[in-house]
Amino acid sequence: MTLWVVQRATAAVLAVAVVVHLATILVAVRGGLSAAEIIGRLGGSEAWLAFYATFALAAGLHGAIGLRAIAAEWLGWRGRGFDLAWVAIGLATAAFGIRAAIGLYAA
Amino acid sequence: MIEVQVWRGDASGGGLARYAVPARANQTVLDVVTHIQREIEPDLAYRFACRVGMCGSCAMVVNGRARWTCRTHVSKVAQDGKLELRPLSNLPVIRDLATDMAPFFDRWARARGQFQPKDSADGAVPDEFAVVPPASAKRQAADAGIECIGCGVCHASCDIVAWNPDYLGPAALNRAWTLVNDVRDGARRERLDAVAGDAGCHACHSTQSCTERCPKGIDPSGAIAGLKRTLFWRVFGLDR
Amino acid sequence: MRAPDPRPRSHPAYLAFLVHRLSGLLLALFLPLHFWALSHAIRGEAALEGFLRWTDHPLLKAAETALVVLLAAHLAGGLRVLALEFLGWRAQQKTLVAASAGVALGAGLLFLLNAG
Repeated sequence: MTLWVVQRATAAVLAVAVVVHLATILVAVRGGLSAAEIIGRLGGSEAWLAFYATFALAAGLHGAIGLRAIAAEWLGWRGRGFDLAWVAIGLATAAFGIRAAIGLYAA
Repeated sequence: MIEVQVWRGDASGGGLARYAVPARANQTVLDVVTHIQREIEPDLAYRFACRVGMCGSCAMVVNGRARWTCRTHVSKVAQDGKLELRPLSNLPVIRDLATDMAPFFDRWARARGQFQPKDSADGAVPDEFAVVPPASAKRQAADAGIECIGCGVCHASCDIVAWNPDYLGPAALNRAWTLVNDVRDGARRERLDAVAGDAGCHACHSTQSCTERCPKGIDPSGAIAGLKRTLFWRVFGLDR
Repeated sequence: MRAPDPRPRSHPAYLAFLVHRLSGLLLALFLPLHFWALSHAIRGEAALEGFLRWTDHPLLKAAETALVVLLAAHLAGGLRVLALEFLGWRAQQKTLVAASAGVALGAGLLFLLNAG
């Protein structure tokens, strides 16, 4: 129940974030992707950092909870131990993403 | 002639047996099964009672899909004059086409599928009739699911039931949603607790096979969504 | 696992579920890879630029297009699920399935047009 609520809450965040992300991708890839262009957009911008940190947190948790359902149904991985492992994987993925976002902010 | 393959066996296993049944006008799949038992194979096990779509006992898997055999014309489902009949999926087989429905109805009990009168917890007859306007939103929601006769077609069609052995399944959850919307019922909170979680409505992924296959046109998938919605807002103290 | 019988599963909402699940699975597996790629920036612009030039390979461009389509499909399919669960949109489900497919294809096409 708690994980389901988290899954839907992150889904709502991602619904907005992914639209922004897709739009950014479509604009950014015009004429090729370059590091200078990406860093020019994100470097030093607190607004983008906050956006990507939130985005990474929601995506990390959302992905892990989704994988948990697939593993439970298709591999039979059930139980509290697995649940805790999935939450840990979700948070670790999110932390990894936030680290990258900070890297882009500082670059 | 219709070429009919029938799954024969028991809990330990089995396989398809082949029979030839004369084709007749307006023949139902149940007619075909009855012909096999009466004329060819007297020990074929299957279940039926009313033959008119009221009792819900004759459901089987016909050419891959769970259906009421009594209300399914052969002409509608035969492929190249062939039928393949199996017992309902997701339930233990007793023998041949007869499945054990006990695990199915056990789930109804676990989902608190019994009406618990608010006015008389002890079962006594209340002094007054409850007045429930038929056009009220809650009554309409209850009416949407109340015609379920427990045939098990939705249960047999649901992949989540197959993948998650604890899952209550579409029929039990549809029943729970019907009672959650019944303003005369007094066990709303306990019932919502019983249907929450990974064994309950939150296991559903809205594949909607239940809704797609229900012979009564009921929408268990929508009912389960209703339970999720109600439980979600309850987290924030909003009971609607 | 035995191969599933397609006959009981041949309806739009089931197909939408499968697309949602498989796209979600692939996106979840891709996510750490994506973060790893971006983390090149920690070692400076040149490191990131080096990685990006490596992704100019046509095979990786094709994979990127596929990922954009998967993301759009998962987004649109997810909005469909939210509409079903929170708004109770039941009657329009088939329309929403079709609309989801349209959004996914549209996003893929735009990506290809822009990246080309």
